[in-house]
Amino acid sequence: MKIPFYPGCTLKTSAKNFETSAIASAKALDIELVELPRWNCCGTVFSLTTDDLIHHVAPVRNFIRVQEMNESGLVKDEYRMVVLCSMCYNTLKRANLRVKNNRDDLETINNLMYEENQRYEGKVDVVHLLSLLQNIGFDKIKEKVKKPIKSLKVSPYYGCMLLRPKEVGIDDAEDPTIQEDLLASLGAEVIDNPYKKVCCGSYQTVQDKRIVAKLAYDILTHAQERGAEVITTSCPLCAFNLDNRQKEVKEMHPGFKEIPVLYFTQLMAIALGLDKETCGFNLNYVNPESLLKSKNLI
Amino acid sequence: MKAEQNRVLNSQEIMRRISTASKPIVSGVEEKDVEHWVTIYIMGKGYKVPADLTILTAIEYAGYKFIRGCGCRQGFCGACGTIYRKKGEYKLRTGMACQTRVEDGMYLVQIPFTPAVKPSYDLNKEEYAVSTVFKYYPEVARCVSCNTCTKACPQGLQVMDYVQAAIKGDFKAVAEESFDCIQCGLCALRCPSEIVQYNVAQLVRRMYGKFGTGPVPAYVTKRIKEIAEGKFKEDMDRLTKLSKQELEKLYSERKRESEYKETKDSD
Amino acid sequence: MHKLVIESKNVEFLAKVSKLSGQPITRCDQCGICSGSCPMVDEMDITPSQLMRMVQLGQEEEVLGTKAMWLCASCYTCTVRCPRGLDVSKVAEALRQITLRQAIDHIDITKIPEEEIRILPQVALISAFRKFTG
Repeated sequence: MKIPFYPGCTLKTSAKNFETSAIASAKALDIELVELPRWNCCGTVFSLTTDDLIHHVAPVRNFIRVQEMNESGLVKDEYRMVVLCSMCYNTLKRANLRVKNNRDDLETINNLMYEENQRYEGKVDVVHLLSLLQNIGFDKIKEKVKKPIKSLKVSPYYGCMLLRPKEVGIDDAEDPTIQEDLLASLGAEVIDNPYKKVCCGSYQTVQDKRIVAKLAYDILTHAQERGAEVITTSCPLCAFNLDNRQKEVKEMHPGFKEIPVLYFTQLMAIALGLDKETCGFNLNYVNPESLLKSKNLI
Repeated sequence: MKAEQNRVLNSQEIMRRISTASKPIVSGVEEKDVEHWVTIYIMGKGYKVPADLTILTAIEYAGYKFIRGCGCRQGFCGACGTIYRKKGEYKLRTGMACQTRVEDGMYLVQIPFTPAVKPSYDLNKEEYAVSTVFKYYPEVARCVSCNTCTKACPQGLQVMDYVQAAIKGDFKAVAEESFDCIQCGLCALRCPSEIVQYNVAQLVRRMYGKFGTGPVPAYVTKRIKEIAEGKFKEDMDRLTKLSKQELEKLYSERKRESEYKETKDSD
Repeated sequence: MHKLVIESKNVEFLAKVSKLSGQPITRCDQCGICSGSCPMVDEMDITPSQLMRMVQLGQEEEVLGTKAMWLCASCYTCTVRCPRGLDVSKVAEALRQITLRQAIDHIDITKIPEEEIRILPQVALISAFRKFTG
């Protein structure tokens, strides 16, 4: 299967490990993630006022690229666009719904982009990788697992953008289980965390990292109290707030014990028996390698 | 009354002299022989000018004298940015005055300068990472991919693409796409997010050149060593002491490239 | 005790925010679920419920002078939980935009400390500037 793939800016730099582990894992499942040519920044976060149109131009431009990919033969009859970064996913999906439900606005946006070779017709579907995997079937993924991660206690974290608002949520907003189901198919021992859907503080990390550290402390310790050894996420911003900001968490709470925060695709890569290089652990702030080595996973 | 009359005459005479002094000397064509004329509007005032002039020479023909906003006259320096509108259209277009022919009904203004922010940096002290771009130009994160900059570029560059490449940290793409930028500043003036595209590109090109293009070629290192050892000192001293006429003679009688024999390691 | 008089300017403000947010703000019955769900409520000077009430009463200066709408993280928890189907995050956004569209930025993008710029991912800067600059 060849499917259009939208990486987003951060996956090209500080979250490169998310991209490499995802592409490699997908390949092992016979999914080729084909990067959009000439994609542009999605312009996260989704603009919420009724009259704003300019901030929906960036997502729509990317949808035109998907159309172009079909025309140039990079993909065949495939208008689904896979996204990994939760922030990008939310912005793109909401913008898509906005223009699909408001054809007048789509007309205005298309007219603004007159220098593009084509107009956005409204055919694209924004899909998160987890949803794609769910459609394929987690039992099929289980069949491909070479190294079940049974010794690892994993607590998945969702954050906001994957679940809310309901029209874009990949699962139930109050009690999602999609990540748990995936991790179970990889063989992990899944630890539930009541704070798995509580916001990490998002962009407040730029102006006030103290607030983020406070939220991160609650989110992480609730998982740790239940025995979690590692947290998984699907968002480079959540990863930054829960991983890099552990520095501030430790300053605020000297007794706090570090816990690695991984992208769910990094665990997928290990379970599917792929090379450690695809995981790019050097980009994780709290290094997970000693933990994973002790579990004989790498 | 007589003194007042004299004053009026004098100011008319003065204006006539100014206008004549600014007129370009077009060799071989007399004004009476010009067949095709057009009317252009410079800052709202109409002038009849020969149809085959560029905006730059047409403005001079009309009697304006450029002391700023005019440079190489060859389309390379970016000094003569113009915003103009064609008759019957509503869109504001951009172009270099020295490279754009006039059209009848053209409505134009010169933009000789863009007062854009230009932070100073020492590349030896910076990381080769996207964070350095954000350090000096945080506004680049505000790009909404509207493509207004691309539409404004008189060089036809894909400006939005290179700004996006900068955000993604793809410095090679920025360097390649922005290579022909002449720093005219028109993109920055139109940008709704207040980004200075060309300065961002310049920072990235410098970083890419320093850190991204691989090791310094052997012949460059060799030549720098030779210079430091004083291999060219005698020749340079001799040259700098020559008079203008001697230099001109030396230049016009120089050996042409085709006369050189091809060598592996040229001196 | 402070006596509140509702004048036409207050009614206009409510209409303006309702239009910009696309939300029937008068429908809010002050149940407090949004405040209970908000992860940032401890840091706020007024709760999301109070913000809605102030807008209902058209108290423009008072509500625009609070910190609450700037502490919103756009997590949409209030959105999914409001029993009357109101999107409180859109109301917060409308209030932010009223200020931002007057060319009054909430963040000085040139004042982010260097050591922070070095580690912050693009997604953080892009989203913060989207929410806090005009």
